[in-house]
Amino acid sequence: MAWTRQILRVNLTEGTCIAEPLNMDWANQYLGQRGLATRYLVDEIDPKCDALGPDNKLIMATGPLTGTMASTGGRYSVITKSPLTGGVACSNSGGFFGAELKSAGWDMIIFEGSSPRPVYLNIENESASLEDASEIWGKSCWETDEVLHAKHQDPQMRVACVGRSAEAGCLFSAIVNDLHRAAGRSGVGTVMASKNLKAVSVRGTLGVGNIKDPARFMESIAAGKKVLAENAVTGEGLPALGTQVLMNVINEVGAMPTRNMQEVQFEGAHKISGEAMLEPRASDGKPNLTRNGGCFACTISCGRISTVDREHFSVKEKPQYWGNSGGLEYEAAWALGSDTGVDDLDALTYVNFICNEDGMDPITFGATVAAAMELFEAGVITTANTGGVELKFGSAEALCWAVEQSAVSEGFGADLNLGSRRLCEKYGRPEMSMTVKGQEFPAYDPRGIQGMGLAYATSNRGACHLRGYTVSSEILGVPEKTDPLATEGKAGLVKAFQDATAAVDSAGLCIFTTFAWSLDDISPQIDSACDGDWSPERLVEVGERIWQLERDFNMKAGLTGADDTLPDRLLKDAAKSGPAKGKVCELGSMLPEYYQLRGWTTDGTLTAETRSKFGLPA
Amino acid sequence: MIYVVVGSGPAGVVATEQLRKLDPLAHITMIGAEPEPPYSRMAIPYFLTSKIDESGTYLRKQAKHFASRNIDVVQQRATSIDTEFNRLITDDGRVRRYDKLLIATGASPVVPPVPGIDSPGVHNCWTLEDAREIVKLAKPGASVVLMGAGFIGCIILESLALRDVNLTVVEMENRMVPRMMNDVSGNMIKSWCEQKGVTVHTSTRAESIEQIGGGKLRVSLSTGGTVDADLVISATGVAPNLGFASDSGLRTDQGIVVNDYLQTSDADIYAAGDVCQGKDFNTGEYSVQAIQPTAVEHAKVAATNMVRGHRTEHVGNVNMNVLDTIGLVSASFGMWMGVPGGESSELVNEKEHKYLNLQFKDDVLVGASSLGLTQHVGVLRGLIQSKTSLGLWKDRLKKDPMRIMEAYLACSQSQVSAATA
Amino acid sequence: MQKSLNIDPGKCTGCLQCEMACSLENEGVFNTSKSRIKVFTFHEEGKFVPYTCTQCDEAWCMHACPVDAIVVNAVTGSKDVISDLCVGCKVCTIACPFGTVNYNADSGKVVKCDLCGGDPQCVSACPTNAITYVDANATGLDKMRQWAEKTDNTVGG
Repeated sequence: MAWTRQILRVNLTEGTCIAEPLNMDWANQYLGQRGLATRYLVDEIDPKCDALGPDNKLIMATGPLTGTMASTGGRYSVITKSPLTGGVACSNSGGFFGAELKSAGWDMIIFEGSSPRPVYLNIENESASLEDASEIWGKSCWETDEVLHAKHQDPQMRVACVGRSAEAGCLFSAIVNDLHRAAGRSGVGTVMASKNLKAVSVRGTLGVGNIKDPARFMESIAAGKKVLAENAVTGEGLPALGTQVLMNVINEVGAMPTRNMQEVQFEGAHKISGEAMLEPRASDGKPNLTRNGGCFACTISCGRISTVDREHFSVKEKPQYWGNSGGLEYEAAWALGSDTGVDDLDALTYVNFICNEDGMDPITFGATVAAAMELFEAGVITTANTGGVELKFGSAEALCWAVEQSAVSEGFGADLNLGSRRLCEKYGRPEMSMTVKGQEFPAYDPRGIQGMGLAYATSNRGACHLRGYTVSSEILGVPEKTDPLATEGKAGLVKAFQDATAAVDSAGLCIFTTFAWSLDDISPQIDSACDGDWSPERLVEVGERIWQLERDFNMKAGLTGADDTLPDRLLKDAAKSGPAKGKVCELGSMLPEYYQLRGWTTDGTLTAETRSKFGLPA
Repeated sequence: MIYVVVGSGPAGVVATEQLRKLDPLAHITMIGAEPEPPYSRMAIPYFLTSKIDESGTYLRKQAKHFASRNIDVVQQRATSIDTEFNRLITDDGRVRRYDKLLIATGASPVVPPVPGIDSPGVHNCWTLEDAREIVKLAKPGASVVLMGAGFIGCIILESLALRDVNLTVVEMENRMVPRMMNDVSGNMIKSWCEQKGVTVHTSTRAESIEQIGGGKLRVSLSTGGTVDADLVISATGVAPNLGFASDSGLRTDQGIVVNDYLQTSDADIYAAGDVCQGKDFNTGEYSVQAIQPTAVEHAKVAATNMVRGHRTEHVGNVNMNVLDTIGLVSASFGMWMGVPGGESSELVNEKEHKYLNLQFKDDVLVGASSLGLTQHVGVLRGLIQSKTSLGLWKDRLKKDPMRIMEAYLACSQSQVSAATA
Repeated sequence: MQKSLNIDPGKCTGCLQCEMACSLENEGVFNTSKSRIKVFTFHEEGKFVPYTCTQCDEAWCMHACPVDAIVVNAVTGSKDVISDLCVGCKVCTIACPFGTVNYNADSGKVVKCDLCGGDPQCVSACPTNAITYVDANATGLDKMRQWAEKTDNTVGG
């Protein structure tokens, strides 16, 4: 129960939408969302297929708790083969779209094939149809949202769509839902656009019922909400400052990747921090932050709702950007700010708006601009490539120019839209790309937080903080404090975080709850909602099964243990300042133990015992 | 004080209750002509679908509702008024003295000038008795012709469709519900009905009804062709029951003429409901609206003014209607057809049968009509009646009229507008 | 002392916990589309506004009902729809100038807030105290009712 037990299969080549029952055996093994959809993907596509060809499939999946009153229970993930990494892509998003899809009666949608012409999928409860998208193709996510709402005349309808960047093949395009929430990473939007699928619009009025034990469920979610409310991070820090609560903290511990990860502390961090977003501006006396906003069912509400200063050069002549929209989260503030050396809060907010408007992952976009800036300062690319723009670290003007180019893939924007690895390879300097498996790093330098180095190297979707967020333990002391500069015990820590995260994702909950919740808090919520036994131990087992399944897919797709590494800059160039001064990331001292804990061979392959232990498909 | 209320529909009932509230010691009599407890015509369609039984149509559900309020309810028909001596005469010859009299005699179906309209098998759908006859004749598989696709015709469509009859609708105008809906939305209702298996002839008159034996009727259409039917329902409109009022010397026009206190040309006589030509909120002119909310509000105002020491101005009613045509909900408010020099905003979704039309004068909403809208429709009335200045929201609504609820919250609710300033 | 819902939009984060609590209490399912309290989002302004029936004294819905299916709850003062009596004619939905009585096509009846009989579930679900249940005199209800009076025809009544 809690699942709707119905999935929608959309064949874009044939133009068909067919309902089929959810595979409940798999639901028992993989729970939902991330895990369950990966099981379907593994079953249905050739791991070696072209990510942007018709043989790839794209799955939008909710979890059993999506659409319920469990705090943060509104999430969905997009699972497909990534064009950026060549491995599995799984991008998680909040907002309201996922809950609406569930409320329409669907656990997931599987898109297969490729449409001969641009289409969008319209769902109203059990009825689903592919509609002509010629009216919205070539439009931004924001315009698409507006046009579809006007067309269907339903303010309550929810839209997930791709912007112009994805249409032009930008390899890090996101799927944007509810205007400023995104399944952001790994180019899932690029895959969607490659199928000529512009948008999914959903109206669900059936609701989510089928709770196994409603009384116990309500008790356990009330207990969960209380824990979140009383926790300093989820009850105070995140509502007040958002994830940007981290900017000053991470900078102080010397783990703030700066200027394409050449440094570990950013002198301008305080100007772009969560605290800075509360400071009244000189021009109109209003702060950057208007208020916090929540995703569906979320009682933390870390979301930022912000404005750009109307006097700022980026929007001065553009009243369409004067209203409120999704503001800076820490990852965006870091990638667009510290990594490019730009400390202009309004510029970062504007660039973040554009990333939402045209659907680019701000982490990969920012990091790619950072790499381009390093190439420019090294003289590898010049004003001849940029049409005269001085693409230097710290230039807010260059950053704003870059995002406008990238959004529509014009001029140098087409180069940026390759992502940093392909960009740096194109210009003959691959070492300047700060990526793992082709995906750019997020905002924690692994020289200052050693466990994150291992988490990045082994993440199944390339460099990512959301596959195993040991920052919790190494910096914030949750569930217990470990030394960020030590490597001992980190293999086990990383594995534990990776497995628990896979389970939380697969339930349809937000990983930010784990600042306050352990699996002991989460387990009763799942167990009272879903058929079967969902003890904390079972969740760990399911989480690990998911991890192994993703790894297995990646190996079959052609990745190897050799890809479990970091750029030389992080392994060989010591941190220049802060507590980690003189340190490199000592990945080599953690990786073998990690492989052993995972049940893999020394070259990182799954052993037969491991495969059989978790019942992985052949 | 002696109050007499003629008519036991919603206006009559609400008036007696209001009189009792304001004048606990008065003598109150309500006179109804039909041999039923006071009931609601609005509920008849639901009686036809068997969703409710007859008692479900009653205006008041407690058996002793009127007795416990010391309100005399009698079944008689008023025949004349002696305005000089404040006396009312009923069909049983009885003479009643009154201090104040309320006329709330409602309306009756008009009989269209069609040869054969008085044939057996031709019925109105107006009273409970009519409904009983229709239930008898509209058996599954029977052929039914509905003359008139106005409000009454449309509201009984579903009950007929649910009874599995073969249904043909004949409407003189070029669209359905012409007094509520414009060309676009009226024709969307038509296509909706056609999708549901109903045959709809618009811009068509029934020219004659002929008995062809075996209880069958043959209806000839102005467009040529005929339709054979077991039952013909005449729903071509209603007219105020003016007869005894005008015969008694009260001023009448479309309905009984009243001033802004719902007082007739005789100072001791008031009028309310479908018979009353009261002020229209939007136009400021006096017209017969013949709708439930207006009847109730007339009754409250008229009854209040009948009680000594009370004087309440009738500021006029927004003409509005809501209709469910085989599951398609439509609504119209105020100047839905627009006003000279006004502006409008329209969204049409023919495929999904959704429609919204807003009419503005300057930056004030003066009218609206909708199809398929069931949530928060009341704010359309609220915005019209409060004459709320929409400011910058007018342009937003012209771009997307579906943002009406946001506009309402931002402009109307002081608490909210402070928060969204 | 009669109590009423007090809504402070400044505290609302738009999470819809109130809508789910309402739909669970009244419909037995998590379904925001069936909630009697609705949160409206003002995207450009960056505001969220929860909105439901104020249980106004004028009670247009109650007076407009042709079949006596809306009554005053003697304990809470709320105007309650007696579902068994409602025929679904929708007259109350156009009569209420606040738009807080809505038609539910699935049941064929209208629904509105009934304060959950005195224990409003939206209040317990709200994580930020944007919705509270307090003495009627202490709320901004009077202000909301001032606007309501502009719509009233029967001030003297």
